[in-house]
Amino acid sequence: MADGPLMPRRRDMHPVPFDPDYKTSISRSPRWPLLSMESTPSEETGPRFGASLLGPLDNNLIMNYSADGSPAIGERILMHGRVLDEMGRPVPETLIEIWQANAGGRYRHVKDGYLAPLDPNFGGCGRTITDAEGRYQFLTIRPGAYPWPNRANDWRPMHIHISVFGHAFGQRLITQMYFEGDPLIARCPIAATIKDRGQLERLVAPLDMSHARPLDFLAYKFDIVLRGRRQTMFENKPEGM
Amino acid sequence: MVQPLDTLIETPSQTAGPYVHIGCIPSFAGVEGVYPQDLGTSPIAEGAQGQIITITGSIYDGTGWALRDAMIEAWQADAAGRFPGQDGADPAVSGFCRFAADKDSGLFTLRTVKPGATPARGGAVQAPHISLWIVARGINIGLQTRIYFGDEDNSNDPLLSRIEQRPRAETLIAKPDGEGQYRFDIRLQGDGETVFLDL
Repeated sequence: MADGPLMPRRRDMHPVPFDPDYKTSISRSPRWPLLSMESTPSEETGPRFGASLLGPLDNNLIMNYSADGSPAIGERILMHGRVLDEMGRPVPETLIEIWQANAGGRYRHVKDGYLAPLDPNFGGCGRTITDAEGRYQFLTIRPGAYPWPNRANDWRPMHIHISVFGHAFGQRLITQMYFEGDPLIARCPIAATIKDRGQLERLVAPLDMSHARPLDFLAYKFDIVLRGRRQTMFENKPEGM
Repeated sequence: MVQPLDTLIETPSQTAGPYVHIGCIPSFAGVEGVYPQDLGTSPIAEGAQGQIITITGSIYDGTGWALRDAMIEAWQADAAGRFPGQDGADPAVSGFCRFAADKDSGLFTLRTVKPGATPARGGAVQAPHISLWIVARGINIGLQTRIYFGDEDNSNDPLLSRIEQRPRAETLIAKPDGEGQYRFDIRLQGDGETVFLDL
């Protein structure tokens, strides 16, 4: 295989596993250090999904759960961006899945009992596959903030959950996109598990008027960077040769 | 002054949250009709070569309570040790599976073929194993681990050999539990804490 080892994760650029302000992390974070090793074929290979997986409305959350052709209620937005690796190369033909609450902050999940109502025409999940340049797009409604049982009055900022595969199982990533200007971001203990402020800002999508469609939808841009592969120069040269 | 590096930094992870199933296993969340079926319901199709096995277990938090909201993904080679996409790989093995801990019991089940040994760099051979990636509410970055098998020769595996304490290496080895059956429990924290990986 032409695939070199994955570049090691920079763990200081990710959230800390144990953060008492995000209470559930207290009992769900390992106490022992991770076992670090160079990646193996088990991490350097991964599942691939072709375009045949997709239905025509899979990346349109405004319409993909509609019972009778009515659109979901809320602020219509285009979410778009590119998937790149750490070497700056586009990641084409990779699966992106998103999920989110509706405009009132209610999730369509058997376990969500928040009093804001469900929208009968909004399911809250979507998926797409990046094109040859690593681009993707979703049409959706902007999710509402919602309260959650953490500290006594904690509210999540508006956010969309994102899952990306890349081309290697070791690139697997789940993250959250926040929205420019939301005052709840600075108060959120989940956002604050990321200690590097510059890294947190990378999860905040700017308003992108250049991609808004007049009289139809606003747009937000969200680029995603996955782990890259180490350069393999000299890789096959035995020691001393 | 030095030249700037032109590499980018990986996008930071965030927890998958308690409603991860909406996006990844919609039918588990009660969202029906968006996709014809959930992604990755089985790592094997009819006719997969090799021994069919079933692995069951739970994921326990630091108090010993089983997680009821975790999602696990598995990735593995076929019975001959070839990963999907590699030359000669078994077309009936997709190698990828997604499953959730049960809402009530916290128990998970993975039915698959037992993978073969796989080559690693420098001529090393990895003992048969299945790679796991675990996400859930309270887990800020997905946890990587592996399932090895108690009835295989694991003595020369490069990863297991890196674990100094033998009791810790045991946390990665599924226990045979009847014909084709294995038990594999994952402990996130505390006594018997599972070895989690950074590779």
